[in-house]
Amino acid sequence: MSLRKYLVLAGITVFSAMGDSLLSRGMKQVGNISLGNVPHVILAILNPSVALGILFLLTFFACYMTALSWADLTYVLPATSLGYVLLAFTAQYQLHEHIHTARWLGIVLITTGVGFVAGGPELTKHHRGHGSRPQMECEPETVSTGGQG
Amino acid sequence: MKELYTWCSVLAVVLASTSGDVLLSGAMKKVGDVGELRRRLGTRVLVGRLLRTRTFLVGLGCMAVAFYSLLFALSWNDVSLVGPAAASLTFVANVFAARIFLKERVDRRRWTSAVFVAAGVFLLAR
Repeated sequence: MSLRKYLVLAGITVFSAMGDSLLSRGMKQVGNISLGNVPHVILAILNPSVALGILFLLTFFACYMTALSWADLTYVLPATSLGYVLLAFTAQYQLHEHIHTARWLGIVLITTGVGFVAGGPELTKHHRGHGSRPQMECEPETVSTGGQG
Repeated sequence: MKELYTWCSVLAVVLASTSGDVLLSGAMKKVGDVGELRRRLGTRVLVGRLLRTRTFLVGLGCMAVAFYSLLFALSWNDVSLVGPAAASLTFVANVFAARIFLKERVDRRRWTSAVFVAAGVFLLAR
């Protein structure tokens, strides 16, 4: 996998975590909003943290779509789940929230899961023949020896 | 009644989110490598091609339904229950859906990864 592809996966992780935390911070500053008060909903977007959060989430979506154009969904989702870990560290160091033992265990499980999938191929190669078995992109293809009738 | 509403809306989040992910993934595979296409055709043509792909638009719609279902679920129960339940169930549902609808080859490595990440998300978001 090329450096560009690793950067796209890193972009999903970072922009998703930063977008979520910026939106969270912005919405705490704005306060509770209700659908009955439409101008308040629109004004929430003018809050710098909310606006920046939306911009980051749009960038996340662009990176996510790019990754899905060359990698399997079952590769992209676990490979980018380090964003949850990043979010936990942001919560501890920026928002001064306490991370208890269960959360540390969750971080270890996610990191292990990412390690499992990151070592494998990113795309299933589909053959045109009907009923053929899908193969991973780097898996050696079965060479037809012929003479099988 | 509160529990029933909560779990029905969590189910709606999981179904809509999984459908959205599968449709968007299928649409992006149909469109092709975005980086390469952008270099060759330019951003405007690429965006136009995306917006003409029906599965992409339906996928976006499903994501919007998932978002509002999540808001509905959050109005019925705590984020500490709804968040981890929806996120981890969506992870596992995505693996099943990708195998069935996208014909992705989900080997032991990917299954293990999905289960580890789903369990991790559940613990982390609690």
